[in-house]
Amino acid sequence: MSQGLQGAGILVVGASLAGLRACVVLRELGYDGRLTVVGDEPHLPYDRPPLSKGFLVNQDEDVRLPLPDGLDIDWRLGRRARALDLGARTVEVDDGTLLPFAGLVIATGSTARRWPGPTPAVGVHVLRGLDDARALRTALRRGGRLLVLGAGFLGSEVAASAHGAGVPVTVVEPEPQPMRRAVGEAAGAFVAALHRRAGVDLRTSTTAVSLIGDPTFTGARLSDGTEVRAGAAVVAVGAAPSTDWLAGSGLRVAGGVVCDHHARVLLEDGTPAPAVVAAGDVTRWPHPWAPGPGLTLGHWSHATEQADTAARSLLRPQIPAVYRPVPSFWSDQYGVRFRSVGLPALADSAEVRENDPDARRLDVAYYRQGRLVGAFTANRVGRTAAYRARLATELHELAG
Amino acid sequence: MNMRVHVDMELCQSHGQCVFAAPAVFSFDEDDNLVHQETAAESMREAVVRAAAACPVRAVHVGPPDEGDVSGGAAA
Repeated sequence: MSQGLQGAGILVVGASLAGLRACVVLRELGYDGRLTVVGDEPHLPYDRPPLSKGFLVNQDEDVRLPLPDGLDIDWRLGRRARALDLGARTVEVDDGTLLPFAGLVIATGSTARRWPGPTPAVGVHVLRGLDDARALRTALRRGGRLLVLGAGFLGSEVAASAHGAGVPVTVVEPEPQPMRRAVGEAAGAFVAALHRRAGVDLRTSTTAVSLIGDPTFTGARLSDGTEVRAGAAVVAVGAAPSTDWLAGSGLRVAGGVVCDHHARVLLEDGTPAPAVVAAGDVTRWPHPWAPGPGLTLGHWSHATEQADTAARSLLRPQIPAVYRPVPSFWSDQYGVRFRSVGLPALADSAEVRENDPDARRLDVAYYRQGRLVGAFTANRVGRTAAYRARLATELHELAG
Repeated sequence: MNMRVHVDMELCQSHGQCVFAAPAVFSFDEDDNLVHQETAAESMREAVVRAAAACPVRAVHVGPPDEGDVSGGAAA
């Protein structure tokens, strides 16, 4: 173990899944020095996937992540990091405190994109954190229609959850199918059919021209010439890596904080910054399947697995761990289990091997330059596992 | 020495992460139900621990060796 990390200890910025996972692995590997975690929310680490599902429409289920015994963490919650000084090896937080570190884990996640136009002050929501979910749930209980702006995974899940709780829902999506950028046309059409069969008002190839209401949201004018009256809106148009606090720090930031395949953060000159690692949604990192500047992923398993690598590389810089995963994610909508492995979004062709809307089953394989790079299935988890094994072999061969 | 593997099927939602991490221990049957070995050889520990950590609903538990088991008695 690197003895240089004792003293000022390790500072983890970000108190969510990736930050906590890094702490757990650091302790499992025997690190017994100071461990400080800064988080901008007042909450201890919690799990986000339930927030767009049952949590949104049911009672306040317990979403806290378990904290194993012996973590011995100095929590600094409700505090936002606002500047990193690599020379002084300190992070400044928003109450002016300077937190020193010997080793740094960057895990600040991502921030929901806001509606790009004028937005009523009340009733237009985003869904990223626990407090967002509680606010949206309260709004749904007041009754009225929910307008979902954006039919990516989050928007589709929110629509399905709200519909399941008896809320009338309209979804507006500029693309011709929901989730198209992630999984393509055929899978998107399958999801569209699910929404429409359930009775959700899905408007594809449509945009919201303006949101109406001052100060309280009452509806929206759409590009199809209609007006939708609604009691609440949720903006689900993606998220951006939370890197504002790294501006001017000397770290390379380009659509995420740039890492190598050991989860080590790179300086502007492209060399690894000493004892600085990162994990989760905030990172941009290289992958053999990804062209150009690499990937950013907002997946649950990416956060945990990259955090594992980050902790190992931080403690054992002479033998840094390698992060070269077969990515995976899931989405549950209308009782259908969607499972994705690999990187369907990078494909240049797709092969639909099963598409049975009545049985609610789907199996699509994705290829890039003739090689399998991903799969997306509905209610076909066994096949997903088989694809995953093939993808692991492909990746192993590609990486040599 | 074997370790015990337990999956809380009340929690399991067939995310498949345990199958991805340790396919020798966890798999899906013809009807897409998760099946797994009740005990696994010590040599599988790293993969099984990874499977437990990968489970999004924390349904996978790795127990201490079952002293009632004969060493090497894990199903193939």
